[in-house]
Amino acid sequence: MEAAAGGGCGSGPPLLLSEGEQQCYSELFARCAGAAGGGPGSGPPEAARAVPGAVTAAAGPVADLFRASQLPAETLHQITELCGAKRVGYFGPTQFYIALKLIAAAQSGLPVRIESLKCELPLPRFMMSKTDADIRFGNPAELHGAKVQIPYLITEKNTFKRMDDEDKQQETQSPTMSPLASPPSSPPHYQRVPLSHGYSKLRSSTEQMHPAPYEARQPLVQPEGPSSGAPGAKPPRHQASLIRSFSVEREPHDNNSNYPDEPWRITEEQREYYVNQFRSLQPDPSSFISGSVAKNFFTKSKLSIPELSYIWELSDADCDGALTLPEFCAAFHLIVARKNGYPLPEGLPPTLQPEYLQAAFPKPKRECTLFDSYSESMPANQQPRDLNRMEKLSIKDMADFPVPAQDVTSDDKQALKSTADEALPKDMSEDPATSKDSNSLKARPRSRSYSSTSIEEAMKRGEDPPTPPPRPQKTHSRASSLDLNKVFQPSVPATKSGLLPPPPALPPRPCPSQSEQASEAEIHPQLNRAPSQAADSSPTKKDIPYSQPPSKPIRRKLRPENPAPESQEPSSTVGGAASAVTGKPHTAVQKQSSKQKKAIQTAIRKNKEANAVLARLNSELQQQLKEVHQERIALENQLEQLRPVTVL
Amino acid sequence: MAVCVAVIAKENYPLYIRSIPTENELKFHYMVHTSLDVVDEKISAMGKALVDQRELYLGLLYPTEDYKVYGYVTNSKVKFVMVVDSSNTALRDNEIRSMFRKLHNSYTDVMCNPFYNPGDHIQSRAPAAPLMAVSVRRAFDSMVTSMMIQVC
Repeated sequence: MEAAAGGGCGSGPPLLLSEGEQQCYSELFARCAGAAGGGPGSGPPEAARAVPGAVTAAAGPVADLFRASQLPAETLHQITELCGAKRVGYFGPTQFYIALKLIAAAQSGLPVRIESLKCELPLPRFMMSKTDADIRFGNPAELHGAKVQIPYLITEKNTFKRMDDEDKQQETQSPTMSPLASPPSSPPHYQRVPLSHGYSKLRSSTEQMHPAPYEARQPLVQPEGPSSGAPGAKPPRHQASLIRSFSVEREPHDNNSNYPDEPWRITEEQREYYVNQFRSLQPDPSSFISGSVAKNFFTKSKLSIPELSYIWELSDADCDGALTLPEFCAAFHLIVARKNGYPLPEGLPPTLQPEYLQAAFPKPKRECTLFDSYSESMPANQQPRDLNRMEKLSIKDMADFPVPAQDVTSDDKQALKSTADEALPKDMSEDPATSKDSNSLKARPRSRSYSSTSIEEAMKRGEDPPTPPPRPQKTHSRASSLDLNKVFQPSVPATKSGLLPPPPALPPRPCPSQSEQASEAEIHPQLNRAPSQAADSSPTKKDIPYSQPPSKPIRRKLRPENPAPESQEPSSTVGGAASAVTGKPHTAVQKQSSKQKKAIQTAIRKNKEANAVLARLNSELQQQLKEVHQERIALENQLEQLRPVTVL
Repeated sequence: MAVCVAVIAKENYPLYIRSIPTENELKFHYMVHTSLDVVDEKISAMGKALVDQRELYLGLLYPTEDYKVYGYVTNSKVKFVMVVDSSNTALRDNEIRSMFRKLHNSYTDVMCNPFYNPGDHIQSRAPAAPLMAVSVRRAFDSMVTSMMIQVC
C-alpha cells in the first residue's frame, strides 16, 4: 500500500507515502500544475519563482495551497526549504509531495523535520476555497479522525477551531451551524457536526469530488481505525464509515451535479428505514399514502401542526394530497431533521426532491449500483447508530406514550400474578384449548415486545402506533374464543379506528430468548392440554391457528417454535401433537394436575397481557382525547370569533 | 387590478380576504359580504340542475360606481369573490376567468395538505414560527398578490 516517492530527491530520506496520500498529493500536484498562474503569489518568495516544465507545480497555486494550510509563514518557509524547492528552485513532484507531507506534519503538531516524513500522518488540510479537494477530504477526515484518536488530540481543537472559522467565513447555513458549532459534547451533536461541517465545505466548493480523496480517506481511515483503542473500536470505525459514507454519498452525486445541502441528503440506512415505515403504512411501495393516513403518522412525531403542514407542503411536490415513496421519504427526513434541530428549508432541497430520490435509490440496497455498492461498503453499525440516534430522538418522542405504557405493562404483569387466580378457573372452564393457543400466540409477540427494553424496541414501538390496523385486526378476527373476544372487544374498535394499534406484530427480532422459551414452554403444555381436553376437535382447532395465513407474529411464532421444540422436553409432543392425537389422551390424563397449573399460569399471563394491551390503549386514547379536546377548544374559539360577524 | 380577493367558506365566513392596502379596507369587506347574497341567488337559480352542469364562474355579480365584483363558486360551495376597479376597462371576462382558475388551483393545493383543516384560515405565516412560512399558502398569497399587482 505504500509506494516510494517517484523521482529522485537528492537530499533527505525517500518519501514513503501511503496510497491514499499518494493519490491525494498527485491530485493536488496536478491541480497546481494545471492551474495557470494561480492567484496572487504572495507566498514564500522562493515559491513565487516561475517554474519551468510541465512536471512542476506552478508557484502561484502552490503558494495559495500552502497559505491555505493556515500554517504560519515561517513554517511554510521552513517547509519549502526542507522539501527542496528552495534548493532546486521549483516544485517538482518530489518537492511538492514532501512539502505536503510536512504541512500535514506541521498541522498535526509535529515538528517540521525530515524525520516527520516517516510518520503516518493525516492528510494536510487546506483552508482556501480554491483548493476544494483538500478542504473536502482534509477537513472532515481530520475532524473525525482527530476527534476520536488520542494521538491527534492536540489537533482536535485546532481542527475544530478551523472548522468554526471556516464556517463563519463561508457563511453556510448559519442557523444550522450555530447549534452545532460548539465543540461536540455528545455523540448526537457529534454526529451532526460532521454532517454540517463536511457539507458546509462542500457547499462552498464547486468542483466535483475526485476519486482520489475518497480513496485517500480510506487508507487514512484504516490506520485511524485500529489505532484508536481507547474510545472503543466502534466509534472510530463509525467515524470512518461516516466519513466514507459521506464521501461516498457526495462523490457519485457530485459527479453528476453539485448538491451542497448535505443535511438534507438521505443516507442509505435512513432510506431503508423510511421505506420500511412506508411499507408499514402502505404495503405497495409504488402506490401512495393517503393524506389522512400520513397525517396520523406524522402527527405522532409531536411536531406542531403548522410545522407538519409546512413539511407536507414541501414534500408533496405534486400537491395531490398523497405521498408517494420518495415524497414520503422526503417528508420523513424533514421531520427527522426538524426534530434534531435543523430549521426547515425555505424550499424542498434538491436532494429531497422526488426525482432525485427515485434516481438515487432506485433499487434495494443489495443490488450493485454505483451508490449501493459504495453504501454497502459502509459498515452498518455507524450509520444506524448515528441515524438511530437521530431517529431515536424523534421516534422516542413518538414513542412517548407507548414507552410509559410498556412500563405500565411490566408492572401490570407483576400485579396480575396475584389477582389472576380468581379469573383462572373461569378461564379454564370457558375457553377451549384453541383460545389459549391463539391467545398465547397473539400474546407472545406482545410479551416479547413488552419484555424487551432496548432502544431499538422503543423505536420500533414508537413507530408501531402508526402501523395499520390490519395486523392486529387479523389477530383479533382470528380469535375464535369467547374469552378472547371479551377481553379484546374494547380494544378492537379502537384499533379498527386506526388510532394507535398496539404493536403485537412487529418486533420479532429482539425477542429475548428466555421469553421465547418461556412462551415455548407455555405453548407446549397447551398443546398437551389440547388433546387432553378436547380430543378430536382441539387438534384441528389448534392447527387452524397455525395453518391459517397467520399474521406475522403467528408466523414468527411458528418459526421459533419449529426449531425450538427440540430443546424443550415435550418436544416430541409438539411434533406429534398434530398427528398422534390419539396417543395423547392417556398420557395427558396422567399429567392433568401439572397441566392445570400450567394452564393457570398461561391464563395469568394472558390476562396480564390483555391488561397491558388495554392499558396501552387507554393511554393512547387519553392522548387522543386530549388532542380532540384541544381541537374542540380551538373550534369553539373560532366559532366565537365568527359569530358576531355572521350576526350582521 | 384586483382590488380585493376573498375566499368564502361554505358557511359564508371568510377563509381568506385580502385587499390592496388602502384606507377604508372595510368597504371591500362589506362589498364582498353583500356580494354573497348575489352569489347565493345565482347558485340557487342554477341550482335546479346538477352541480356538474353548473358553471363555476358566475361572472359579474354586480357593478358599483367604482368597482365591479366577480364571483366564482367551487363544487364544494366555496366562493371566490374578486373586486376589481371599474377603471380597468381592458379587463376582459376571459382574464377574470383565468384569474379565478388560478385562484382555484392554488386553493386546491392548499386543500391537499392533510394538515389543513377545512375551515381554517388560509394564512401564509404560521404563528410563532418565524421560518415556518407555509409554502403552499404562501404561494396562494403570492398568487393573489400577483393578481393585485398586475397593472392592466
